[in-house]
Amino acid sequence: MAREIYNRKIQQIKDEILLLGSMVEQATLDSVLAFKQKDLEAAKIIIEEDQAINDKRFAIENAIMILFATQQPLGHDLRLLSAMFLVSNELERMGDYAKGIANNTIRLGKADIPIPVRDIEKMADLGVSMLHRALSAFVNENMEMAIKIPDEDDLVDDLFNKSYRAIINAMIANPSIIDEASFLLWVVHNLERFADRTVNICERTIFIISGELLEMDRTDDELPYAKDS
Amino acid sequence: MGKNNNGKSKISVTNFSFYYGKFQALRDITIDLPANKITSIIGPSGCGKSTFLRSFNRMNDLIPLTHTTGKIEIDEKNIYETDVVELRKRVGMVFQRPNPFPKSIFENIAFGPRTHGIRDKQVLNKIVEKSLRQAVLWDEVKDNVNKSGLALSGGQQQRLCIARALAVEPEVILMDEPASALDPIATLKIEDLIHQLKEKYTIVIVTHNMQQAARASDFTLFFNMAEDRAGYLVESGETVTIFTNPREELTEQYISGRFG
Repeated sequence: MAREIYNRKIQQIKDEILLLGSMVEQATLDSVLAFKQKDLEAAKIIIEEDQAINDKRFAIENAIMILFATQQPLGHDLRLLSAMFLVSNELERMGDYAKGIANNTIRLGKADIPIPVRDIEKMADLGVSMLHRALSAFVNENMEMAIKIPDEDDLVDDLFNKSYRAIINAMIANPSIIDEASFLLWVVHNLERFADRTVNICERTIFIISGELLEMDRTDDELPYAKDS
Repeated sequence: MGKNNNGKSKISVTNFSFYYGKFQALRDITIDLPANKITSIIGPSGCGKSTFLRSFNRMNDLIPLTHTTGKIEIDEKNIYETDVVELRKRVGMVFQRPNPFPKSIFENIAFGPRTHGIRDKQVLNKIVEKSLRQAVLWDEVKDNVNKSGLALSGGQQQRLCIARALAVEPEVILMDEPASALDPIATLKIEDLIHQLKEKYTIVIVTHNMQQAARASDFTLFFNMAEDRAGYLVESGETVTIFTNPREELTEQYISGRFG
């Protein structure tokens, strides 16, 4: 088969995408753990380490751009490389959500307010699990998985709505906590958006395989609590 | 594969096969080429692209022992039942290497119309200017039309050859690797020119340069060679589709440079 070097470079970029994905998964789980434990030191480290995620994203973009310029990818290669370009961007933004959770952990400090911790943890676990499988479907071009995973976004949205309601109710019950409780809204919002972006990755997987751009995210990009309130 | 219905078709090919003696070079090709569009033909060496192109104005008739089956129609008229001089007036050709006659720029262009009986100097002047303008060469040579065509640069020579083809007012222009002997800037000029010409002409272009096919054409035909070395049509479609999401695995492998 011709183009051995080209093939190898495409494979390297795929590997880097997986690596970036696992950095984002870890940052997300760490950020929620730091949030739960009110561990401000851990939160600071997560914020600092976000730079490594940003750097890797740029390295991936650069590697893809070099292949565009030097190898003129067409057909499946063109779809794959374009999709990887976008997915590296999705992952970088998902890393920002983890950083955002760490930031809000620091802003909350040791404040003693009611927090729907269990649901927040569930959202993070589910989101990270979706991401892990979405990336697996992406690199293996598994159409069946890519079609199924977005269904789970509904579960994340339900948890989001439940948490959102709980936070608002706590604010109504005790308006003196509004400032601090509003930080919680950012945390749940970030986790909800995290799951939306795994859906985007699944859309790109379907695009690589079929050439079709399907919209699989059924919720608005806006906060979904609007529909329930 | 087969007939397409993208607008009005200019050239209609039905079950066309071509033989050099006993050797079959093209097998059972059926395709419509749309009018006022640029169709590119791509495929590995030896797959019969040029043979196919040269069939449209019966250039292959000049080679002994060739024969064909099936039919090619231009404007619904079988080209093998058309006078060949008349056919070649309607179907012009531009070759891989610029091949101006060793004559002046003017004479290069006036040659065709003279062959078809035009003698009036005023009329010839008009034809020469019009053809050079259409080939986007006029501004560069208008003060030197008596200079030898061979004194021009390669890219200019190729545009001169295009002007020469246009001078007899053809309907179809065939181009066999028209830019493969040119530098990148001259290549892009030719591609821009081809793009302008499609308003008036139907253009068919054979190219080894896939980026050129992708840049310059509206439709693409992908040919391959069968085990017995006969060329056949694998897939045809809009150029954008062929280069981003082809139907056939073989096309995918060829456009992504993994075979051919």
